[in-house]
Amino acid sequence: MITLAHLQVLSAALFCVGLYGVLARRNAVLILLAIELMLNAVNINLIGFAAFVDHEQFVGQVLAIFVITVAAAEVGLALAVLLRLYRSRASVRVDDLNMLKW
Amino acid sequence: MTPSLFLFYAASALTLGGGMGVVATRNVVYAALSLLASLMGVAGIYLVLFAEFLALVQVLIYGGAIVIVVLFALMLTRLRELGGPMEHRQWPLALVGALGLFAVLAAAIARTGVPQGLERMGPPVAKVGASLFSQWAVPFEAASVLLLVALIGAIVLARPGGRD
Repeated sequence: MITLAHLQVLSAALFCVGLYGVLARRNAVLILLAIELMLNAVNINLIGFAAFVDHEQFVGQVLAIFVITVAAAEVGLALAVLLRLYRSRASVRVDDLNMLKW
Repeated sequence: MTPSLFLFYAASALTLGGGMGVVATRNVVYAALSLLASLMGVAGIYLVLFAEFLALVQVLIYGGAIVIVVLFALMLTRLRELGGPMEHRQWPLALVGALGLFAVLAAAIARTGVPQGLERMGPPVAKVGASLFSQWAVPFEAASVLLLVALIGAIVLARPGGRD
């Protein structure tokens, strides 16, 4: 039988996989994909709580819809920024993007 | 093992395996396809939790839109290379950080008094829709404005020419 703890552990594991990706990869597109993993981990948690705890309102499902919307907007914008960067710097490695450092 | 538990484990394996693939691969296109597998696993988990509408949204938006956009971006930025998961010199720190966070979260989950043995239930889709357009109408409109702004911003940014 599935319990809430199953979902919480899965969500935590997926979040940590994404965290490793964000911290350890250098390619900006891969970092973006890892952020998507982390957002999905949050969504699993929200929907798990909606299904197990909140039997009146199911607020978690509505919040998950908003998270998916914001994730879509984020990917679109971030990829446009990366295209722009690639055009002007010929690289999307985050190590090369240190123009704001002094 | 009940069938739903079996489905949950299968979807979890797909989700976590895909996630590891995203983080560990050397080829960016494989990373995008692993992300697709992982997101489909998440959709399976939504189905186990009776969130059919969200499973559908997950397949359509993530599988249909986001992965395709990422693949286009990969082709336009011509990335081949990639070191493996240990390309960055701070990878041991990242590994310690990720495992440490997981340990903390697992300990918190184990020690928290979440009510156990709850039934899992899902709302009918109509109920989600009604609540989205009544109780959550204003945030919903704000989200649509956000999407519109992001769309226009992405077009302006990615347009060729213009000032740098």
